[in-house]
Amino acid sequence: MEPVEPLEEYQQRLEDKVLSPLTRAGPRYYLIVGLLLLVIAWGLYAYVTQYREGLYVTGMRDRILWGLYVSLFIFFIGISQAGTLISAILRLSKAQWRVPITRMAELITVAALLLGALLPVIDQGRPDRVHFLLLYGRWQSPIIWDIFAISTYTIGSLIYLYLPLIPDLALARDKIGHLVSPPKRWFFRTFSLDWRGTARQKRYLIIALGIMMVLMIPVAVSAHTVVSLIFATTLREPWDNPMFGAYFVAGAIYSGTATIVIVMAVVRKAYGLEEYITRQHFINLGYLLGCLVLVMMYFNVLEFVTNGYKLAGEGEMHFQQLFTGTLAPYYWSYALGGMLIPGLIILFPWTRNIAGVITASVLVNVGMWIERYFIVVGGMRVPIMPYEPASYFPTWVEWSIMAAAFAAFTLIIVLAMRLLPIISIWEVSEQYGEEKIISRREAIGTAVSQSVHPEYAPTFRRAQTTEESQS
Amino acid sequence: MAEQPTGDGTLPEDKSAEDGRRENLRKWQLSRRRLLKIMGAAGLAAVATPMVPGAISKILGASDEVPAEAVDKKPGRLRRWAMVIDLRRCDGCQSIGKPPQCTLGCIEGHFAPEPMQWIQVFEYDLPGGGTQFIPVPCQSCQNPPCVNVCPVGATWSTPEGPVLIDQDRCIGCRMCMAACPYDRRFFTWATPPIPPEALLADYHPERQFPLQKGVTSKCDFCPDIARGGRLPYCAQGCPNSAIYYGDFEEDMATNGEEVVELSKFLSENQAYRLKEELNTKPRVYYIPGHGQELGRDPYDEGRMPTEWPWEKKIKGAKTWNRSNR
Repeated sequence: MEPVEPLEEYQQRLEDKVLSPLTRAGPRYYLIVGLLLLVIAWGLYAYVTQYREGLYVTGMRDRILWGLYVSLFIFFIGISQAGTLISAILRLSKAQWRVPITRMAELITVAALLLGALLPVIDQGRPDRVHFLLLYGRWQSPIIWDIFAISTYTIGSLIYLYLPLIPDLALARDKIGHLVSPPKRWFFRTFSLDWRGTARQKRYLIIALGIMMVLMIPVAVSAHTVVSLIFATTLREPWDNPMFGAYFVAGAIYSGTATIVIVMAVVRKAYGLEEYITRQHFINLGYLLGCLVLVMMYFNVLEFVTNGYKLAGEGEMHFQQLFTGTLAPYYWSYALGGMLIPGLIILFPWTRNIAGVITASVLVNVGMWIERYFIVVGGMRVPIMPYEPASYFPTWVEWSIMAAAFAAFTLIIVLAMRLLPIISIWEVSEQYGEEKIISRREAIGTAVSQSVHPEYAPTFRRAQTTEESQS
Repeated sequence: MAEQPTGDGTLPEDKSAEDGRRENLRKWQLSRRRLLKIMGAAGLAAVATPMVPGAISKILGASDEVPAEAVDKKPGRLRRWAMVIDLRRCDGCQSIGKPPQCTLGCIEGHFAPEPMQWIQVFEYDLPGGGTQFIPVPCQSCQNPPCVNVCPVGATWSTPEGPVLIDQDRCIGCRMCMAACPYDRRFFTWATPPIPPEALLADYHPERQFPLQKGVTSKCDFCPDIARGGRLPYCAQGCPNSAIYYGDFEEDMATNGEEVVELSKFLSENQAYRLKEELNTKPRVYYIPGHGQELGRDPYDEGRMPTEWPWEKKIKGAKTWNRSNR
């Protein structure tokens, strides 16, 4: 049996690796931030144009009255599902492999929600009246449900990002507090809430995390369901669908998982985290993606068989435009490129590797973006009165704002990675202690040495006593 | 009935329900009179519980009998505006070789900018290849999908029936436009052209001018004009008097030439409403036809395109296309 690295050494190495990006930044970092800021500035210019001229500068008109902004809104709310899935659902099911990527997933959730919540305001004809939603909000409107659901979700995921951060911020405070700039030091000191790692503090943290992880799942499901209700509560044939909520949630988890893979791959490469984010993480997420491909295909088949079989009302026109008509390129690139091909990549063992899963994830996210787009535009395009179907194509303003939205999403993550440890140090070292040290000690039957963190001692002792009583 | 947003509980168009209500009322009054007699004679009698308050106030109030009508009467009358469009007399203004005059009247009256046609003449296909023209204003639904989805209460159904928009409240989210199944809501995508005369009047939801940028607007059913005893601009504009405007409360409607008994007129002419299956309960009724009273051949397609003559007077007015180019 190969020698096991003691926990202290392991933890020291992990801390060095994860905390060092918080203390210094290379030219590459400034280059990326600069580039992202440039794109955002361009998007702001586009928005100022739109604000002055009105939505006239977009491709939207009366017949197709929502476009890129609304599809992007659904897309962002969708990828926000990443955090909930990985950290809440997998935490609840005690899937240990999730530990090194939870922080990233929670960060994606927060960043995506902030951007997602902004997009409807960008889409608004009178953004100067956005506060009317609070002053005159009517609970009968699905838009108000959205505001409730998404703000609850945002606050919840901020808390859920923050709670597991507390021990790590305390660690940063103690280990690198003297190396960082005063505002950062202040941040570490204030937000670590005087964390000392005492048993009592730890117990409360575990309880709080337990409550939050259970709470976050229904909140996340509701947020995405309610997004679908904006469409499903209208009388438009392609949207008039009771399973729309479930379909949207499934799509959200699907694109959320793919987003984690992409962010994970980039962070792993940029920070050299190959030791912690392993092949197994990619493969496991790949399996998850594979299952979700089947769920998505199931929903698609369900929709096309129930509505497509009858072709009632405007359904005929809708399916025609999706399968062979104007939207066919979108539909088929989603169905083949966004579902079938990623599914096949994961199905075959010789493509089921890190590169394969990353490719599949990129395809999934492109496909899901296209899907959101044709759900919005296709639903609007079906004529509801005897007029010729309209055609929509985004203008430069909309493309610029979309580019800026993605840049802002990336920027939030990049900036957060300079401020927060991107891997949950305490959880990873805890897991290391549980898996490697304890299992090995159990195997060779030695007593608990002082090198084991006191936290694990009770677990080990209990295990030992049961063994003893059996023998 | 409970889901109806209007305060007024009865369906005006539901003849049997209306009759039933009157019948009940008559019975109720009759039994009350009898009840008073019994009470006067015997002093005490067993009474049905819901009648107690009415009976007590009657006894306490005065000994002389109040006329039944006066008791029944609401303080002030509530108009319930409705529109009937006789398609037998609509040929899309083909015979006079002009763009639809109802649309034109509306455009002139409301300073609606291009491409807004608050009442729009659609060309529907008939079985057998012919076509009919159907002018479609806001349907003034009594179960209005647009009102239900508005997040800020910028659009509402008035007790008189019309669905109105407050442009000072609208935030421009366009949810109502997505919800309207009749394509009857219009967005001001750019700063609209405003003629000086539109600025003379103060803005009011029943008038909807001057129009604002980035909000929704639509046909307001002209209740302000109707209250003044005149017909809406579209009905005034129609050269063939195909548009009737009236009131279910008075049960009458007029096209400016003749006055009809509204409910009877609807029944006798097999009136229908657009997309009845959606249960939006419109206040706009159609009498089926394809302009036959004007001698229109159903195979005679096309109508003159709509124009916005007032807009030509304003320099540099920005226009757009409803159909995304």
